[in-house]
Amino acid sequence: MSITIEVNNKKIEAKKDETILEVLNKNGIHVPTLCHIKGMLPDGACRMCLVEQKESGKLITSCSAKVYDGLEVLTHSPKVTEARKVIVELLLSNHPDDCLYCVRNLNCELQTLSENLNVRERRISGKKNQLKIDRSSPSIIRDPEKCILCGRCVRVCEEVMGVSAIDFVNRGNQSYIGVAFDKGLNISSCVNCGQCIVVCPTGALTEKNHFSEIIQALNDKSKQVVVQYAPAISVSLAEEFGLPIGTDMVGALNAALRKIGFNFVFDTTFAADLTIMEESAELIKRVQENKNLPIISSCCPSWVKYAEEFVPEFLDNVSSCKSPQQMMGSVIKSYFAEKSNIKKEDIYSVSLMPCTAKKFEAQREEMTTNGISDVDAVLTTRELVKFIRLYGVNMLDIEPEVADSPLGTGTSAGKLFGTSGGVAEAAIRTAYYKLTGTELLNFRIPEIRGFKNRKEAKIKIGDLELGVAVVNGLGNAKKLLDEISAGRSDIHFIEIMACPGGCIAGGGQPLNFDQEAFKKRAEALYMIDNNAFVKVSHKNPDVINLYNNYLKEPLGEKSHKLLHTNYTKRNVLK
Amino acid sequence: MKKNVESIFEQYPKSGRPDLIPLLQDVQESYGWLSEENVVKVSQFLDIPVSNIFGVATFYNQFRFQPVGEYHIQVCRGTACHVLGSSTVLKEIEKQIKVKAGNTTKDGVFSIEIVACIGACGLAPVISVNGEFHAKVTVESIKSIIDSYKTIEKK
Repeated sequence: MSITIEVNNKKIEAKKDETILEVLNKNGIHVPTLCHIKGMLPDGACRMCLVEQKESGKLITSCSAKVYDGLEVLTHSPKVTEARKVIVELLLSNHPDDCLYCVRNLNCELQTLSENLNVRERRISGKKNQLKIDRSSPSIIRDPEKCILCGRCVRVCEEVMGVSAIDFVNRGNQSYIGVAFDKGLNISSCVNCGQCIVVCPTGALTEKNHFSEIIQALNDKSKQVVVQYAPAISVSLAEEFGLPIGTDMVGALNAALRKIGFNFVFDTTFAADLTIMEESAELIKRVQENKNLPIISSCCPSWVKYAEEFVPEFLDNVSSCKSPQQMMGSVIKSYFAEKSNIKKEDIYSVSLMPCTAKKFEAQREEMTTNGISDVDAVLTTRELVKFIRLYGVNMLDIEPEVADSPLGTGTSAGKLFGTSGGVAEAAIRTAYYKLTGTELLNFRIPEIRGFKNRKEAKIKIGDLELGVAVVNGLGNAKKLLDEISAGRSDIHFIEIMACPGGCIAGGGQPLNFDQEAFKKRAEALYMIDNNAFVKVSHKNPDVINLYNNYLKEPLGEKSHKLLHTNYTKRNVLK
Repeated sequence: MKKNVESIFEQYPKSGRPDLIPLLQDVQESYGWLSEENVVKVSQFLDIPVSNIFGVATFYNQFRFQPVGEYHIQVCRGTACHVLGSSTVLKEIEKQIKVKAGNTTKDGVFSIEIVACIGACGLAPVISVNGEFHAKVTVESIKSIIDSYKTIEKK
């Protein structure tokens, strides 16, 4: 039902049940927010979104107040702007003054608010709490002194991920956000997804940085520094360099990485294809033996850790395939090392990921061979952008190049790994071919594309009706797994991604949690697929070569040793 | 009589989120404090994440995360005691036994707890040691009160 409200003395159409903030946003009126997360229930904690109700002169929170017929509000009256300014001044009153040294300098919501509200002096001086920085996690660093207690991280962790590793501790001006019993994040149930970093308005949450190790390796003449980049990376950089969101920058990226000094540039999409070869073989085997079904993808390290902690009863269902990052790491230090006559001790393997959990995954014990890590350092997309700037590479004026052989070719099926539904689609394309000898019509499974929390499809492969489910957000994964525990048996394959929308919206991506940006990145990946010549992993020439010359066959002895692993129950504070 | 956590759980047959605080109170009453082990058990019993429980428990002054000392000193910080100088009394106690309010000394002899009002305003400022009230305490009298417990301890 349509109603009319008046905003700043102008009449505006609104729908009943909308919040004031939603109506304002739709009409291009900007009201600052801090604790609000688009698409989630309003919190009303930070009071930044205050507007003045004209009739009563009261200040109301626009994020939580609903519109009603005849409502009149002022969004930037003197009363409102003064109130907002005081809120920011209060937040700054116990905030560290080290913007210049902060990782979020020039990209901080508190800084921007302070600038926009013209805060020019420290009028209010508050008592600072002495809180320790938590560096215990391999992925995420928490600096509670920079925290403004907006609670976004707590809500994402609980409502989207269903993990609740952190919560508010204490009360009043003693409050902070922390792990139970003030333990480190490393022994909490944190799955390292990094969504807390993405929603954090300040520098209180950041990823663990490995610049110095990588720079050291790049300067070390005895090392061959190899780099791989995830399928989502090439479509996630553009806006950082002033190009339209979703522009594929793969050529410029290859060239830039060589300019920086990486000796070999490989594309993780190759390893995604390799994952599909192994995973589809595993799927077919399990379907034929009717064992450990449904098979659940293991590409997302946050999901894997979640399974180990919260649903260990499903660990036998999780595919034994390593993730593409780790398959690539493993192949680089075996096949590639042997082929190019480089000792594996002399290889320093870097991976560029849209993900913070990949940092955790790379240092897992299962992912090392004889004490040598398969992947030595992981950079997130955000860090990659900084790294490119550090080396002064101009991404807009660079001749595109292609990745190196023999691990640089990927098909568009592998590229789809970057978005929710992509792993399932790629796996089914190959499984379909292996089972029927013909390719899937149009190669497309539209039912499992898009941003819904859960997508399901039934695909006819010969006599078999294959049930596929795709979920993103670990909270949604739990709901599906509960259904399966309760006896649901029509699903054969489940793809689980921790981040809502998949890796294109990963916890390591540029800080812009705008659904539109994610959609554009996903569209870019599907566009690459539409235009691609080879759309199926089993036709990747480099993958075929790898099997012919080295691995022999999927699920074979060598594959088993290099590309598969197993996971065990994990006891954490949860 | 000390009840173990499991027998406390038995008193909450249809348990859920609303039972959290009464349950924590029962556990604390029985054990004197909330240990990590017991909080984890409560978390599993009620199916509430440990971080949530820790958040709730730290919100209220009544919950302790360290066992109380042999002599548990409750310092009243109610209005009457405050007006008559309970904050300096508290500081003096903290100085004497070298531990902050809410904590227990390393040897486990003393612990300090701040309480809102123990209902003895006429005796303000008042402290209670294991339920034994000491009325109209002053910075000067604190030392002898603490020393008297130290001597009992030595015997």
